Parts: sequence; structure tokens; C-alpha cells
Amino acid sequence: MSIAVVLPRALYPYARGSSTLVIDDPCSTVHEALSAVGKHWPGVLDRVMTEQGEVREHVNVFVGEDSIRFANGLATPVDDGDTIMIVAAVSGG
Amino acid sequence: MTHPAPKNGDTLLFVGTMKGAFIFSSDAERNEWTKHGPYFPGESVYSLAYDERGGKKRTFAATRSFHWGSNVRRSDDFGETWSPQDRMAVRFPEESKLSLTQVWQIMPGPRDEPDIVWAGVEPTALFRSRDGGVTWDAVEGLLKHPHRAQWTPGGGGMCLHTIVPDPSNKNRMVIAMSTGGCYRTDDGGATWRARNVGVRAQFLPNKYPEFGQCVHKIAHNPARNGRLFLQNHWGLYRSDDWGDTWTDIANGVPSDFGFAMQAHPHDPDTVYIVPLQSDEFRCTPEAKLRVFRTRNAGESWEPLANGLPQEDAYETVLRDAMSADSQKSAGIYFGTRSGKVYGSADSGDSWQNIANALPPVVCVRAAVVGGGTSATNAA
Repeated sequence: MSIAVVLPRALYPYARGSSTLVIDDPCSTVHEALSAVGKHWPGVLDRVMTEQGEVREHVNVFVGEDSIRFANGLATPVDDGDTIMIVAAVSGG
Repeated sequence: MTHPAPKNGDTLLFVGTMKGAFIFSSDAERNEWTKHGPYFPGESVYSLAYDERGGKKRTFAATRSFHWGSNVRRSDDFGETWSPQDRMAVRFPEESKLSLTQVWQIMPGPRDEPDIVWAGVEPTALFRSRDGGVTWDAVEGLLKHPHRAQWTPGGGGMCLHTIVPDPSNKNRMVIAMSTGGCYRTDDGGATWRARNVGVRAQFLPNKYPEFGQCVHKIAHNPARNGRLFLQNHWGLYRSDDWGDTWTDIANGVPSDFGFAMQAHPHDPDTVYIVPLQSDEFRCTPEAKLRVFRTRNAGESWEPLANGLPQEDAYETVLRDAMSADSQKSAGIYFGTRSGKVYGSADSGDSWQNIANALPPVVCVRAAVVGGGTSATNAA
């Protein structure tokens, strides 16, 4: 089992400088994959999700090219070899 | 980027903006200022505090990334380095089902308990740190307050923006929220009572409810124990009994709408405000940037305009964007949404422009190095 999690530059400092994290833990959903991220890189997870376990309002998570907002959210399935991409939403002032 | 290297007696001015923080440094005379920063570029900094309790010289900054959440950072070397920020320090407990939006107020605790620090946050809650700001816990008595379901957000969000500890009684504290109003604990935070008698809620059918007022700021000078001044969403008030009752003091101001309010650091009868035209036009009346000062606890107010623009000045000063230093000749400071910062080294009689084009200013804190602690509205 191997899932790649691609980070935006703003999160590199919380991943010890890495731009891509590789998850070897068994996981079948985005939620499980992000939980695995949190085990190894808790500072990354703190910035992607709130303390209540919800993806932050202005953060987008993609599996391949599909946003989980338009799939099953955190319950969106992932498979071996998938790439999860975390992106800052196009918003701000 | 340079960082301040002040000596005792120098003056520091911490400025939080929508796009980062700045520190301005000067000596005791405060004629010339040096700018340092931006710190946390791109993040909003709604609260700053300076704390010398326990022999440290610590700056606190509440930072918020639009995308990645909010944190509280610490620096013990005037901004040159900041505390590691891997984990988010201020977190609501899971059972609350609440998530932190941002920290609106950082307030150092009692002088003889240098590790106690308070934080007021959005959504409305009070957090306490017992280790100098490293870890934080929500104050349960307020988190589970029976009024919570009826507190509603104002334009800036549902925030606890003002913390006024009683320096003579560790069990007593006044807090203010928008909306909700003023609350006080007399038992160390276990229970909280609404303290809004006499404060008008212009925007509600019942103009004088028990709670629900939109308090914008409370000012306090510890030299007059129990006296509070309140800038409301319409209305200026004074209390002489720790908020049990409030008296209207909007005597001779062009508008009693506004946000910022600052107590003089030495004279408990002197308070400063920056009136705004109305809730629909939140700019300085007549396009003149004027601070109003009372020196008799609100019986009358005088405009202060020497050195401030009096033409085409459509300015807004937000609730935490005013401060005072504790120099003998008191310094009064404020920042505007248009990114200007002004200061007075003579208690408001004359003003100088310190910064002219910062991002929108949301927080100003002044401190004298070696002088103690920059409290929000206290000496």
C-alpha cells in the first residue's frame, strides 16, 4: 500500500521540508490517509483539518484530479498508488 | 530585516495588521521610530501582547492564515526568533464541537503568576495557559454557559475580544463579546453573570435585554478599582461597580458609535475614543480624523486633532487598534484600516504619523521596556 500526499509549499515546514509524503499505512479512505499523515506529521494535519476533524474551509483536497468536496468528502475511497493533493483554495483578500 | 534591540526605558509599538505584524521602536522621547517587520507576512495578526513578568521579555502574537488556521506564537528576543509552531496550540475540546477561527485577545495574567496568560477567541470562548502560552485550555464555565446558544456573531465574527482581570482579586474578571455583551466572573471562571444593566441594544426589539448587547471594547485603569468604560455598538458608558450598572456618558461626542477605546495609563478619569459616523457608514465624522478625550470620566469630551488630517479623512479605527504606553508623559497610539499609525507623546495633545501605508491595522500595543506588561487597556 502506497499513497502519495502532495503538499503546497506553505506546508513543507511541517513535513520536515518534504513536498510529497508517502503513506504506507493501510487505508481505504481519504480520512484514513490523512489520519496516517497526522501520525507522522501532526503539524501538517493541524493545518489541513480543524480540531474537530473537518477539512478547513479554504483548503481543497483532491484524489487524482477529483475534489473530495464533489465526491464523498473524507469518506472518498483511495487505492494503492493514488495521489492525494492538498491545495489552498483560490480565496483570500 | 532588523529587529528591535531596546534598552530599558525605550518604547515599543506592536502593530498587527491583516497581512502581518510590525514592531516600531523608539526611545523614551518618541520623536523618531524605526520599523521592523513584517513578521508573519500574509497572515493576519489580531492580537499582540508584551509580557515582562517573571524576568522575561516576551512578545505574544496571535496569527491566522486564511487557509491553514490560527496559532499563538512567542518570541523572547523581540521578534528575531519565534516559538516552534508545529502544532496548533489553542484547540477546542472535542465534546464542544467547536473549532478555533482566530484569537482576538492575549492578556497576561496576574503579576505574581507569570505563567498565567489568557486568550479570548472566536467562536466566543476564553482560554487559559498555565505555562506561559505553550499550552491552552478552555475555561469550562464560559464554554458551557447557558447563554451560549443565543450569542450571535457581529460583523467581525462571534468573538471574545476584551479581557479585564481585576488586579486586586484573582477570582474576578470581566470579559466582553460581540455579540453577547459584558460578563463577569467572581469565582475564578466557574460561573459568569451577564453585566449589561443600562447598556442599550439598538438593534434588538428589547433595547435593554439581560444580554445580547454588542460591546465593542471595554477600557479599564487599575488605579480606580471597579471603574470601567465601555464603547458599545451605539453608546458610551461608565461603570463604577465592575459592571453591575452602567451610566450613559455620550456627552458631546459627534457620534457614540465606534470601536476603539483606551484608558490613560496614569489618570483613571481620562479615556480616549475615535467616534465613527454610524453603523452604516463606519468612517470618521465629517471626514476629520479626531480622537476624543474625556478627562472627567465622561462628563464631557474634547476633540484632539493637532497633527491629524482634517480633510478627506474617511478613516476607521477598529476595536483593538488603540493603545497607551506607560511613559511619564503618556503615549497614546492608534492605527487605521487604511494602514496609518499615529502616536502622541503628550497624552493626545499633539500627534505624529508613525506609519502611512501598512496593511489594514487591526491591533496596536505599546509598551515601555523594563516597564512591565502591555495590558490591553490597563497601565
